[in-house]
Amino acid sequence: MKFTWFHLMPYRYLPEDFKEKYHSVWVDIPRDLYDPKVGHRLYNDYLDQLEYADAMGFDGLGVNEHHQNAYGLMPSPNIMAAALTRRTRNANLVVLGNSIALYNPPIRVAEEFAMLDVISGGRLIAGFPVGTSMDTNFCYGEVPATIREKYYEAHELIMKAWAAKDVFSFNGKYTKLRYVNLWPKPLQQPHPPVWIPGGGSVETYDFCADHNYQYSFLSYFGYIAGKKVADGYWDVMAKKGKELNPYSLGFAQVVAVSETDEQAEKDYAAHMDYFYNRCLHVYDGFADAPGYRTVKTIKAGMLGQVGDQAAMRREGLKWKDFLEQGYVIAGSPKTVRERLREAMKSLNCGHLMLLQQIGSMPPELVRKSTSLFATEVMPYMRDLWTGFEDKWSPKRDLPQADFAVPNPVHFEKRETNGHARVSAAATASAEVRSAK
Amino acid sequence: MNTTQTLLNGKFSLEMQVYGSGEPLLYLHGAGGLMPVEPFLEELGKSFKVYAPQFPGYAESTGNENIDDVIDAALFYHELMDELGIPTANIVGHSMGGMLAAEVAALDVHRAKKLVLIAPAGFWIDETPIPDLFAAPLNAIAPMLFHDPKSPAAQMMTAIPTDFKALETMYVERVKRFATASKFLWPIPDRGLKKRAYRIAAPTLLIWGDDDKLISPVYAKEFTSRIRNSKLELIKNAGHMVMYEQQEALVGAIRNFLKG
Repeated sequence: MKFTWFHLMPYRYLPEDFKEKYHSVWVDIPRDLYDPKVGHRLYNDYLDQLEYADAMGFDGLGVNEHHQNAYGLMPSPNIMAAALTRRTRNANLVVLGNSIALYNPPIRVAEEFAMLDVISGGRLIAGFPVGTSMDTNFCYGEVPATIREKYYEAHELIMKAWAAKDVFSFNGKYTKLRYVNLWPKPLQQPHPPVWIPGGGSVETYDFCADHNYQYSFLSYFGYIAGKKVADGYWDVMAKKGKELNPYSLGFAQVVAVSETDEQAEKDYAAHMDYFYNRCLHVYDGFADAPGYRTVKTIKAGMLGQVGDQAAMRREGLKWKDFLEQGYVIAGSPKTVRERLREAMKSLNCGHLMLLQQIGSMPPELVRKSTSLFATEVMPYMRDLWTGFEDKWSPKRDLPQADFAVPNPVHFEKRETNGHARVSAAATASAEVRSAK
Repeated sequence: MNTTQTLLNGKFSLEMQVYGSGEPLLYLHGAGGLMPVEPFLEELGKSFKVYAPQFPGYAESTGNENIDDVIDAALFYHELMDELGIPTANIVGHSMGGMLAAEVAALDVHRAKKLVLIAPAGFWIDETPIPDLFAAPLNAIAPMLFHDPKSPAAQMMTAIPTDFKALETMYVERVKRFATASKFLWPIPDRGLKKRAYRIAAPTLLIWGDDDKLISPVYAKEFTSRIRNSKLELIKNAGHMVMYEQQEALVGAIRNFLKG
């Protein structure tokens, strides 16, 4: 069993009456709700948290891309991943991912991912989502009817660029390039592992199965509702005669650990409420532009991740309901161990993506939940899926001697423009555990 | 009225409503598509032979994957006119259909004998943005499209079925129609008509409901200022769906203009 510590990076200070007073957390949220001074603190807190997860032995650190919203403050997850390359050593960098239809030309993603892979010493996992309808259609203006076609073409270009031995031309419908010649190329050859995040579009199952990509189901409904999607995926895999290897499925789950079940409610209930009622308060009209989801997916009865239908399902749910219905796995280490094991077994899932900072949760609670998980839960779940090979993680075959470590940083006391700079010395390498 | 299925170039199969007899009139519907029967076309059928195809992707018409943009759409209509044996005809278009009708007439100036554009899309004025119909919840659509959203016509056009199966069918149909329309209208319905509208040679009548809350009548000047032989007629007490609110006035205006 592998564990990725996933950050959404929400804005933690939406007003109490946000759901009642404001139209949507996404697309047209008023700009004056964002205070960049607060943002400065948040980004740095959040990077601290990811670095802490690395130090605590998680297998992966997850970041992703969203636009014009308070739910997740990463228009460019690559910037966050780049920041993480320097102060982390062990964990893989799970960029889940870049919405490749939005990049013009999409070769930009092949380049930036190659840079991340090279800087990090071959630790990148490359995620290629279509992106939510809010992000792609409403914020970035992509035509809903053609976004999937554009996505597939961008994917083809990126994979070709990674695999090519020579300069080639690409005559696509959406991108035309006379010279494609990727510099730098990824350290992992032929390319980093590819994970495809999905929200339940049936086409994604086939796409993953046909390309041997890992399918990462990103849901907010939790593992009980998620079983329908996981089963759909495994059905497709079985029909195509693929190995039913749990590591080819990733699943995102809200997980919160405390000393006892009672304490977990005290610690986390308010922050869950913030997440479900403020971070996910998406105006229904932005949830699913006509044509964004295919008719096939709609007819399969797939529930949209956001919008009125999703909100209605959550309406009036209390802490106890969130736990019972599997939206959240929370409680004492023992409770979490048992529920999670049951959840992962029922999904046949080898890559758990944990959401441990959720909603308005402050740094000290994030640290507590993360630390308890790493010491009291994770070790007891490592035995799951021991018979299977994880073919969807970086091989990490860069020799230790070649692995670059940042130089210690020394700040010297000096006067700059009349302002005295504080003297400080820090060794970056001291803050993280030494390499495995 | 009868409904025919027309094949075109092996690429399209078209469901088409045909009304009446007389001089040919090609009707291009808006983003919402055609109702099973269109009373105002029936009325026009008393003076004209009306051809009203469902655009590819709408109703039973297929081949939408062969159309990416307004140029493809205009060429599609050119081919259809040839196929129907009406290489030149009166062309009437509403909303998205008005935008496409203008393209049909601008790209080949010999196609339109006369041109009628009813509240056409095709332009964008920053000061007068067009509300986002694609993001509108079902209960916000009637006020956007109708002068009187409480009228029986408005209520019927925008009724939300309570039966789940019917709701799903309606939802899927709406997705199919709007997904197609998004190729011309998303996110802003400007696809370069401003460069080409000057080419339109046919006498052109712009018709606008005076209370159009979707595409404001101020958009009329984008057309009348570019199309040399054009004029505007405002219809009182009508919103965007002029044909369902003021059928008589609309049909009268079209008939007078085309027969005049």
